[in-house]
Amino acid sequence: MNWAAVSAMYVSEMTRFFRTIAQSFISPVISTSLYFVVFGAAIGSRIDQVEGVSYGAFIVPGLIMLSVMTQAISNASFGIYFPKFIGTIYELLSAPVNFLEVVLGFVGAAATKALFIGVVILGTASLFVDIQIQHPMAMVLFLLLTCLSFALFGFIIGIWAQNFEQLQLIPLLVITPLVFLGGSFYSISMLPPIWQKITLFNPVVYLISGFRWSFFGTADVPVGLSLLAIAGFTALCMGAIWWIFRTGWRIRS
Amino acid sequence: MTAIVDIRDLRKVYDGGFEALKGVTLSIREGEILALLGPNGAGKTTLISTICGITNPSSGEVTVGGFDVVEHYRGARSLIGLVPQEMSLEPFTKVRDAVSYSRGLFGKPRDDAAIDKILKQLSLWDKRNARVVELSGGMKRRVLIAKALSHEPKVLFLDEPTAGVDVELRKDMWDVVADLKAQGVTIILTTHYIEEAEAIADRVGVINGGQLLLVEEKDELMRRLGQKTLQIELQEPTQAIPDALAGYDLELVSGGQALRYTYDTRGESTGITRLLGDLSAAGLQMRDLLTEQSSLEDIFVGLVKEGAA
Repeated sequence: MNWAAVSAMYVSEMTRFFRTIAQSFISPVISTSLYFVVFGAAIGSRIDQVEGVSYGAFIVPGLIMLSVMTQAISNASFGIYFPKFIGTIYELLSAPVNFLEVVLGFVGAAATKALFIGVVILGTASLFVDIQIQHPMAMVLFLLLTCLSFALFGFIIGIWAQNFEQLQLIPLLVITPLVFLGGSFYSISMLPPIWQKITLFNPVVYLISGFRWSFFGTADVPVGLSLLAIAGFTALCMGAIWWIFRTGWRIRS
Repeated sequence: MTAIVDIRDLRKVYDGGFEALKGVTLSIREGEILALLGPNGAGKTTLISTICGITNPSSGEVTVGGFDVVEHYRGARSLIGLVPQEMSLEPFTKVRDAVSYSRGLFGKPRDDAAIDKILKQLSLWDKRNARVVELSGGMKRRVLIAKALSHEPKVLFLDEPTAGVDVELRKDMWDVVADLKAQGVTIILTTHYIEEAEAIADRVGVINGGQLLLVEEKDELMRRLGQKTLQIELQEPTQAIPDALAGYDLELVSGGQALRYTYDTRGESTGITRLLGDLSAAGLQMRDLLTEQSSLEDIFVGLVKEGAA
């Protein structure tokens, strides 16, 4: 393993993050506060409890997942798209590094940033509502796996994208709707029966459900299935990146 | 000298069907400076990109320091430094960080003293804490070279290193290249500037249409293909070349004020003595004589035209 290269890539990516640390920190704090004002105060006052949990606390795992997923994707996709855009990718391609080292450096940094945002949101949310975490180890595991798998997915989007529009396309048109429809702000048991069935095709449901279970001990789908879904998604993304580096798809002519 | 880069029948066909390299075979000797000359689209950058791992070869074999660039890419790439043609630099990074990053990427442990030495050698020391975006074009070019040198490569590729840089920087760069050669680094540079190849290369390769037309010692090339001209300036202008001189390759220039004689240095006899005798006999009086060696540029243009014909 070329650990010096992994460290160089990771540090370089994190340096970019720290250059804009204020906005990285302030933005999730403001948006989380706004969600609590809108959902917690306006809607929460009409919904007393969901599955025995106050509505304010119920939406915390969904809120964290929403930001973690979108941040992991946007950081990872931009992280690899930017060198392609400005041409500095030549250095990465001519360096003695393999796909795993690139993934550890770039995806590791993107996942770290997403994790940081997740922790900031959890901290902000704890100022508004009383949060109990019943399964802290499972919570950390779900959070880490989500950061990692969505950063991997973002990395693939960054390699696939050939312009800034494409870079935004999947996060905007696919991820955001899936996250909103994945039970971020409600339990799927609140949906009409037919929609409860349809929503099971949404992979995000499994992630949010598992994550919420680690907080409150209640879930829409079995926890094992959630873990399997996220592990499967991670493996799928890793496989795709391995293939990309083997064939040079979209990066090596 | 042993070959440090060995290229065997290298072909590259891009997805669109364009054949950029049509079976290039070339051995680059350790410690030499090889200049690759060729017009735009000749295949120079594709050749370099394939050796460095940026482009996948379609067929053929390339080894660097004995390592196959595809099978044993780690070994091969660790030996290579690349200065690309484009000014590809992350704009908001500080110069020092950019150079340190490259060193790490190539697997070398952090070494501040080594980075400092490179920055000083390339006159970047004063700009070490400046962001890349604040630098002039010439300074950015130096940063690219510093990055390529950061991991102490054995083989350095310079893809048009002096395109668009001023004369002073070009001379500086030639000095850096001479220093590196003294340290035993093998240097391969592509250039449009024939004078650059003439000034610093040991060998010259001419590439066109994806084919290597020739690789020769520079001096030998110039001697072998070199033509010379003798310009004979006359006391009185003449309207036409006298019939008595019709057997010579002569041309009337400067409105009849001078005659230009072209001869081949490879010939057994240049014919100059006989020409000068015949010139007097024809009644033409000489005022001055001037000889000129054809430049590498003339040779290059001649070769490329020949290849296209």
